[in-house]
Amino acid sequence: MIGQLIELLIGPFETFGFMRVALVACFALALANGPIGTLLLMRRESMDGNVLSHAVMPGAALGFLYWGYSLAALTLGGVFAGLAVASLTALMARSRPQLQNTSLIAFYLVSLSLGVMIVAARGSQADLMHVLFGTLLAVDLKALVLIACISSLTMLVVAALYRPLAIESFDPAFLRAVGGGGGAFRAIFVTLVVLNLAASFQAFGTLLAIGPMLLPAAAARCWTRKVWPTIALATFIGMAAAVARLLMSYYAKRPSGPAFATGAVVIYGVSLLAAGRTRLKLKGL
Amino acid sequence: MVSVLRTAAAPLRRSLAVSLLAIGGRAQSAFSRHFDSGYDPSPSNRVADGGKERIVVRNLSVCYDKRCAFENLTGEFAPASLTAVIGPNGAGKSSLLKALAGVIRPTSGEVVCSALARHRLAYLPQQDELDRDFPITVAELVALGDWRNFGSVREVPPGLATRVHEAVAAVGLLTIIDRPIAELSVGQFQRALFARLLLQDADVILLDEPFASLDESTTEDLLHFLQRWQGEGRTVVAVLHDFDRVRQYFPSTLLLAREPIAWGDTSLALTPENLTRAQKMLSPPEDGDIGRAA
Repeated sequence: MIGQLIELLIGPFETFGFMRVALVACFALALANGPIGTLLLMRRESMDGNVLSHAVMPGAALGFLYWGYSLAALTLGGVFAGLAVASLTALMARSRPQLQNTSLIAFYLVSLSLGVMIVAARGSQADLMHVLFGTLLAVDLKALVLIACISSLTMLVVAALYRPLAIESFDPAFLRAVGGGGGAFRAIFVTLVVLNLAASFQAFGTLLAIGPMLLPAAAARCWTRKVWPTIALATFIGMAAAVARLLMSYYAKRPSGPAFATGAVVIYGVSLLAAGRTRLKLKGL
Repeated sequence: MVSVLRTAAAPLRRSLAVSLLAIGGRAQSAFSRHFDSGYDPSPSNRVADGGKERIVVRNLSVCYDKRCAFENLTGEFAPASLTAVIGPNGAGKSSLLKALAGVIRPTSGEVVCSALARHRLAYLPQQDELDRDFPITVAELVALGDWRNFGSVREVPPGLATRVHEAVAAVGLLTIIDRPIAELSVGQFQRALFARLLLQDADVILLDEPFASLDESTTEDLLHFLQRWQGEGRTVVAVLHDFDRVRQYFPSTLLLAREPIAWGDTSLALTPENLTRAQKMLSPPEDGDIGRAA
């Protein structure tokens, strides 16, 4: 009985190379998404993250238009488009801080429609679905190396600059007064977010790339308020959800991206309810 | 042959090592300059006369779009002075403090204050500008005050824990030193921020409505810190609303109503005529502009 269960869980990965590659890719992404998602939530920038995930799309679509499914072109295009929109939103935020959310939504809509138009101009319906929802099982070794590099770089940078990255969101005026370069850290953090979104986009698609970044961190935050446990738990949830996603797509033969997002939302909802209740109990209510 | 090569390689290797070290050192100092300029572990970089620091403003204006928070402010906050900034709502008090702290750039005019460049200026914003949900404990918050001794990336210096402990004890929060700030009351949070100011050890201290919605005893406790700081030779500027407190504790006052009404000794500045003038400057409110004043 237990042997059968293990066979069910491990079998697909044992048999097929592409399942193993996809699994390792998801693990690498989860490792980077844990700290990045937690920082995004701490900085209250989940909305910015969402917009950036769509901003990656027109760039990736342009890359696709000219070079087809070339990984380098897709990634480079995505990173450039993401950084361009990030700087534009920063400029808008400076001149019109009251309208920040509105202009973010405008950027999100423009990016999404531009991206869809560009892909539709050349590609098929299937291409559009690939860009929007990702093709996790098409991740090859080259893509895996790229994902692993971005993920390692992210963890190194977060480890080295964790202190100013966190404090800048809490009290920027204080950091500036004591001589921490506030703007520089913001730029570094946004670059990390864009890099990771570009890395996630083949696995999760531009529509859903923000999901594996934010949802595990949001769910983890329900259980603990301390930062390092949140990051660890978010990484773990991200990994567990990835395994579940791959198995589901294997056995149910369903597109796995949307299933992953739905599953992650369910984990988040359960965490919200369950953790809320435990905390009330701890307070003696 | 091999030995000849080996002898030739030795100085090469040495010069390679030296140049690598030099590049490393250069990179590190460039990094510090851009990201970590506040790091300054030297025991004291205060100016010779005990840290006394003046703030001079000339023709200072801060405007948002076409509407000015305040205009044409010229004057000086004397070294080791304790000044209250008061005025009606929308008079530009917070904008003035932000301009002094370098948080916003003045539209015209200038602020001369070397404490800012030396990172010896402390600015306490209004509480609602801080994210109270942030996962940080009282002790960690207070420890941030010592930023210049560890900066962005360096190790925390020995003795920091002791100094944090002392500062937290001084503001009377020792029993809740390990609590996250989300669980503090408004008064307790303000006490914790004052403890951070104690560690920050700044020459110029700017406080934006530090006693807003605090109870009597907390306000009294914290007011004594302001007097103590002035006694230590620091220049303190605070935005306040309570005239009685200003008369009791603050030797100097700046009465602001989009433009300076009076600036000097509190007894001379806070006359009934001046207060009436200040009120008149801002009323009646311009139509459509309600609530936009900063």
